[in-house]
Amino acid sequence: MSVGAPRGLASSGQKPITEILHPLSAADEPPLSPVPDVTVGGHNPSSGAADKDAGLTNGTPVETSSPASASSLFNRLQLDDEPDADAEAEADAHDPYASTETRDLFVTVDDPKKHVSTMETYITYRVSTKTTRIEFDLPEYSVRRRYQDFDWLRIKLEDSQPTHLIPPLPEKFVMKGVVDRFSEEFVETRMKALDKFLKRVADHPVLSFNPHLNAFLSAKDLNKRQGLALLTKVGESVKQVAGGYKLRARPAEFCAMGEYLDTFCQKLGTIDRIAQRILKEQTEYLTELREYGAVYSSWAGSEDELRRPLEGVAGSVSSCCGALEDLSENMSQDFLPVLREYVLYTDSMKNVLRKRDQSQAEYEGRLEAAVLRRQEDRTPVPVEVEKCQDKVECFNADLKADWERWQSNKRQDFKQLLTGMADKNIHYYEKCQAAWESLIALLQDKQTEDKTNETN
Amino acid sequence: QLDSLLKKMEINVAEAEKRTGKNTMNMQETYTVYLIETRPAEAVPEGGTPATPDCLWRRYSEFELLRTYLLVTYPYIVVPPLPEKRAEFVWHKLSADNLDPDFVERRRVGLENFLLRVASHPVLSNDKIFFLFLTEEKGWREAVLETGFQDKVDSRLKSLSAMFRVKNPDKRFTDLKHYSDELSTVIAQLLRVRARVADRLYGVYKVHGNYGRIFSEWSAIEREMGDGLQSAGHHMDTYAASIDDILEEEEHYADQLKEYLFYADALRSVCKKHDLTQYESEMAAQDLASKKQQKEELATGTVRVFSLKGMTSKLFGQESQEQRESRLAALEQSIQEGEELLKDKNTECQEFVRTAWEDIERFKEQKDRDVREALISYAIMQISMCKKGIQVWSNAKECFNKM
Repeated sequence: MSVGAPRGLASSGQKPITEILHPLSAADEPPLSPVPDVTVGGHNPSSGAADKDAGLTNGTPVETSSPASASSLFNRLQLDDEPDADAEAEADAHDPYASTETRDLFVTVDDPKKHVSTMETYITYRVSTKTTRIEFDLPEYSVRRRYQDFDWLRIKLEDSQPTHLIPPLPEKFVMKGVVDRFSEEFVETRMKALDKFLKRVADHPVLSFNPHLNAFLSAKDLNKRQGLALLTKVGESVKQVAGGYKLRARPAEFCAMGEYLDTFCQKLGTIDRIAQRILKEQTEYLTELREYGAVYSSWAGSEDELRRPLEGVAGSVSSCCGALEDLSENMSQDFLPVLREYVLYTDSMKNVLRKRDQSQAEYEGRLEAAVLRRQEDRTPVPVEVEKCQDKVECFNADLKADWERWQSNKRQDFKQLLTGMADKNIHYYEKCQAAWESLIALLQDKQTEDKTNETN
Repeated sequence: QLDSLLKKMEINVAEAEKRTGKNTMNMQETYTVYLIETRPAEAVPEGGTPATPDCLWRRYSEFELLRTYLLVTYPYIVVPPLPEKRAEFVWHKLSADNLDPDFVERRRVGLENFLLRVASHPVLSNDKIFFLFLTEEKGWREAVLETGFQDKVDSRLKSLSAMFRVKNPDKRFTDLKHYSDELSTVIAQLLRVRARVADRLYGVYKVHGNYGRIFSEWSAIEREMGDGLQSAGHHMDTYAASIDDILEEEEHYADQLKEYLFYADALRSVCKKHDLTQYESEMAAQDLASKKQQKEELATGTVRVFSLKGMTSKLFGQESQEQRESRLAALEQSIQEGEELLKDKNTECQEFVRTAWEDIERFKEQKDRDVREALISYAIMQISMCKKGIQVWSNAKECFNKM
């Protein structure tokens, strides 16, 4: 079973993979070997165009020690040739979160396929990568991954980057019998969420360099690592419980974050309920509307002169029904899933806040113990305590950076989501208006036709 | 083109007022009266003021009386219907009350429409009682009763049996009856479904109002997004509120449909009256035929048809020549009368068919015109609703863009 090409999710702006020319190749050239630092193989307008769209996720300037800076500098050089440079500057001027940094890692999730084996049936997705980063051996990859593999990646990221916010995955478990795991709609919705997840990771200045991501994107098969997945999940929960230190005071700025997240989550939940209610009302309205159109058709059957006009009305009503169907489908396929995913995203953020609290608590606990010891027998404060302090400061810095990025993403995503919703409603009304206007033309034509017949 | 009353006179049902009084059972009741204004239809000179209209008050039951009178007096005319007595096919519980101001207002419009229809009818507009209805407040009731129209009201049993017993039904009227049934059914269905559609649409719009509230609450915790969200929320409130006026306007369309629902009844009435007329004609013919038969038997002495007289004469002996002759003479007389009656009935029937069909053709044209007009104005209403929707969502989109 294969679904058509996915419509782009409301994401930070990456183009689907098929529209992006490789930065170093012309349209049909085979993939090149590892990219040397300096050679410029000719500029590529579309990668520039892709960057122009986004221009906002990499909010924090990357430190010079980061491995990204070499290739980003290289790409910035390329941009000078770019005819759309003005457009990009303009985009940046409007968005305070935009950076001039170009992206050099593009990922896409598409092409779902069903696999049937004796043991189980599952869906795999194609994960395509295009990159100029030297961390990758090849500039392009195309692998197939299933949900389990995404889950594995997420766990690995959480473990190896505990101070960073890891984007959420769509819900793992679905109730069999309630939701059809292989229906076109479910698969498409899930795929979009996975695409979103991967793009967010790829956009992140730190997470995108994680070796697990590299493996996920490039390895022929991840099977060897699957076994560890379960173990690591268990290990993770054990770690959380074993914290043991109590936090005395959460700094004000993190308190504010926590409060914001709680309220935001609540509001999202309400919006979800409202949207669902609207869908329900629309569905019932559609049912009645269909019957309404049918009655006009029925009436037309017993009339002579009025047959065409009445059929016309039935036709207009029918067009409106079609338009309404499209609108409802859109809401349930595009709007609601994105909304729900943000709840998960918010939960992830809360989780990171908690971990930060824990690491601060640990530090304070150890510091207190060490100070007491020093007072007793002049033992100096151990290095571990200093390391803890570093860890906390690192955590705080990472968290703040991630927070800013999260806020910026959120703003962009919701702007896109809500604008999209408004657009769909506008299209719905435009279609309906057209249907009724064509009816008037029909009815009035008939009138003038009759008048001329009368005078003849 | 036609010399109707409306050419000479302006008619308005200008106002409605509540009154209380004692009814026939000496109990207090509240009812509504309607002000009918009439004025000669003449051009007002430049700078001049139009003449003050004459006016009188009528209540709904008086309109009903007028219509019943017209129905009985002009059975071959498709008599315009009155607006409904009680609100039916309502989409919102509120408008089911007869004293509800919206319902009263719509009824006022319906009553005016009724008067205008009668006043522009080539036949009905010339009726004296109708004229008095518009001009004589007191004494009108007596005048109607004086016409003795109640005597002409056919019993339901009579018309029902006529419907079933007509031997040679006129195909045109059979088809018309069939059509009026279909029209009645389909419009009733349309009105019912329309009310349900309106209910659902109301729900869709009103739920959007919740977005207004939630965006407002959400905007409170946002920095840059706050203003955009807040103003978008206001537009959602506007959207939710807009449905009230939209559905109010649609009631006018429903009223236009209802008028033709009731017109279907009027059509059916004409058909029933035709059945009756034809039935009477056929009965007269049948009666005459049987009398002629009797005469023949009496004259020739053969008894082909059973008759009591024949039976008794068999049992009690033949009657005398004199008796036979007197009976023959009586029959002759009866036959003559019967032939007169048949001629009258036939003429009546033919006249009825001629005048009825003339009015039915007129009605058909009127209906086609009116329904098409109604559909056009309905489409215009829908377009207006779409434009409002586009406007509101475009405004909201602008706000979202500023987020």
